[in-house]
Amino acid sequence: MSDVKNILLAGVGGQGILLASEVLSEVVLMAGLDVKKNEIHGMSQRGGSVVSHVRYGKKVFSSIIPEGDVDILFSFELLEACRYLPLMRKNGRVIANNWQISPPSVARGVQAYPEKLPEKICEMYPESLIVDGLELALAAGNPKTVNTVLLGALSNKLEFKKEMWLEALEKMIPARLLDVNLNAFESGCQVC
Amino acid sequence: MKKVLLSGNEAIARGTYEAGALVACAYPGTPSTEILENITQYKEIDASWAPNEKVALEVGIGACFGGARALVTMKHVGVNVAADPLFTLAYTGVRGGLVLVTADDPELHSSQNEQDNRNFAKFAKVPMLEPADSQEALEYTKLAFEISEKFDTPVMLRSTTRISHSKSAVVLGKRPSEIPQPKLERNPAKLVMLPGNARKRHLIVEQRTLDLEEWGCSQPFNTIEKGDGKIGVITSGVSYQYVKETLPDADVLKLGMVYPLPKQLIRDFAAKYDTLYVIEELDPFIEEQVRAMGIEVIGKDKLSICGELTPGRIKFQLFGEEAPAEDTSEELPPRPPNMCPGCPHRGVFYELKKAKAFVTGDIGCYTLGFMPPLSAMDTCICMGASVGMATGMTKVLSEEEQRKVVAVIGDSTFLHTGVNGLMDMVYNKSKATLIILDNRITAMTGRQENPTSGYQLNEMEAPRVDMEQLCRAVGVKHVTILDPYDLEMTGKVIRAEMARPEVSVIITTKPCMLVPRDNQNPRPPLFVDHDKCTGCRACLQIGCPAITFDVENKKAIVDKIICTGCKVCQQTCGFDAFQECGE
Ligand SMILES: Cc1ncc(C[n+]2csc(CCOP(=O)(O)OP(=O)(O)O)c2C)c(N)n1
Ligand code: SF4
Ligand code: SF4
Repeated sequence: MSDVKNILLAGVGGQGILLASEVLSEVVLMAGLDVKKNEIHGMSQRGGSVVSHVRYGKKVFSSIIPEGDVDILFSFELLEACRYLPLMRKNGRVIANNWQISPPSVARGVQAYPEKLPEKICEMYPESLIVDGLELALAAGNPKTVNTVLLGALSNKLEFKKEMWLEALEKMIPARLLDVNLNAFESGCQVC
Repeated sequence: MKKVLLSGNEAIARGTYEAGALVACAYPGTPSTEILENITQYKEIDASWAPNEKVALEVGIGACFGGARALVTMKHVGVNVAADPLFTLAYTGVRGGLVLVTADDPELHSSQNEQDNRNFAKFAKVPMLEPADSQEALEYTKLAFEISEKFDTPVMLRSTTRISHSKSAVVLGKRPSEIPQPKLERNPAKLVMLPGNARKRHLIVEQRTLDLEEWGCSQPFNTIEKGDGKIGVITSGVSYQYVKETLPDADVLKLGMVYPLPKQLIRDFAAKYDTLYVIEELDPFIEEQVRAMGIEVIGKDKLSICGELTPGRIKFQLFGEEAPAEDTSEELPPRPPNMCPGCPHRGVFYELKKAKAFVTGDIGCYTLGFMPPLSAMDTCICMGASVGMATGMTKVLSEEEQRKVVAVIGDSTFLHTGVNGLMDMVYNKSKATLIILDNRITAMTGRQENPTSGYQLNEMEAPRVDMEQLCRAVGVKHVTILDPYDLEMTGKVIRAEMARPEVSVIITTKPCMLVPRDNQNPRPPLFVDHDKCTGCRACLQIGCPAITFDVENKKAIVDKIICTGCKVCQQTCGFDAFQECGE
């Protein structure tokens, strides 16, 4: 059995998913583990679905998470979390932002946004965590720090020391935005 | 040794730097674009965007004939455009090393086809390396330059989306401290490919391939990894990673060079197994050559030629093990990409649809004009094709239908290969209409500068092509400059030019919303006055992501955080419900 841990990040273009997966990968690298990260951008830049795979362990081969092996589905939007549920391991965990962004067909009123997604997710994966990202980000002082709040919540469930997360954030986030992001991260850490 | 995380593209850029290259040239295209963008951090390298891939390669060839090492990058379909110089460069060979990166896109994440460019290596008779992760991307780039000079040949380096856009740990090296100043050197027998010279060079090319084939048998980049000895697998590139993931106990022959194949090495390896697999993405490129050697393998009889491989797909296709896939059921609304709020392209497609135009389309952000609700693009083949296709259509249609044909193309695409089509339109007296959507940037691929931008790759200022004068110079008599945010005028001009029984060109001149230097004066966002909104949904027909329809209250809503205040929606509303937000 391989020791590789698989985290699938999902969301909508512009939500800061790529930065989040960058920070996570940096933490893993600091911890001295092998890491691979893979993402599909391109067309997805214009408000389309974005996914990023992060895998780490002693030795990682494929940068794509084998289907059905996702340990943590880390999603910035509820509908996007749903799309990738079938890729989860049986006893996996979803960490999702309690947030809906209407895709075009919903915005035009021709299709309905699926209902009760948080409940559905928690029923399928009891270990899951639904985070009020925007609320916490606003409390931290900047609505644009939702991704950092979520990273805080994720960090609770992973084995890496908090100092490493802070160091990675310091490295990746511009100085003028650092303080508010550290606040946001801290409030994410309080979620459980 | 300190490791850093690099994407495949960043690693190729770094490898180019460590190889001592002096020139890098490209035309953008996913997934190759970030290679050149990353090279700009290495000031020792002259990096530039060319107007198309053919020019990019020719610039690279010039630098290499001058004696420098040069890198040229493009996406897979770019090599179609650069094929002409490539095939004869294979004959001349090089002076300084020349490496051509082709970034293929299995699964068509962001492309119009999924051609397998390993075929180009065989067709053009040039060696091709294929890295399997970022460390190899760096090392193979350096190696490619060495092979290029050692064997006097251009070398192709093939990446795929999953290599280019994956990050993994890399140990960095150094750039040579001294790089000799390139100097002119005449060598007509080698560099002037007239038939007499080229015939002789062809003999050299064939011998070179044989030499490379033999040499490759003893090189560390073609390696055998021992497993439990029960089955053998031949693989390369990203497929290697999936093989290690799904068949951890197999014996693996990993090919770092996919053309020419190390035939003796393959023969010796194959002889040891009753069951031999060739696991490769897309075409049976290795498989067919191995079969031609008289060796039986399992490959594309089971594995699909279409789409990329994944660990799950290998398990399913080879061994019938069920693998789950993402949920694509109809209850889950899809989330396709859309034009940005305030995109200058939007109004043009809205009016084209109203005018019932048949739109021969092209490739760029405006291809999204195909998506509902705009649904106003009828063809899309390759860059530049809109223009020639419009000419071709008007040759066969009735007078009345000819007037419906409108070609739509972006600035970067027009300069790439559209302008030749326009010359033909004028020269051969087509009656079609051409719309050039000049947003001064190559937006689709992430906003790269081009000759209409006024800036170069390094953000240095540059002269700007005057599109109107260019069109007039090739003989277009009717050129109209248009503000695409004025819907009424846009509709009027489009109808008038469609009706005109002569070539006419309409040029829109508003910049891409995502280029900060072109959007210095933000406009206030709009809101919907719900006392006035009747819930008629007319504004939803422009498909702006800032507008949603509240089904319960039957009112339109504007998201003022993303609205750019372009006022296109306002002009579709018959009830004056869209108002500017005050301070
Ligand atoms: C031969 C080839 N090279 C590169 C690409 C990648 N590509 C797709 S669209 C595009 C340029 C789009 O720029 P432009 O025409 O200015 O339209 P915009 O996206 O700015 O609206 C490029 C480079 C391609 N599809 N084919
Ligand atoms: S990136 Fe620019 S051209 Fe492309 S959709 Fe957005 S605004 Fe339009
Ligand atoms: S003004 Fe209207 S069309 Fe323009 S961005 Fe705002 S909501 Fe969209």
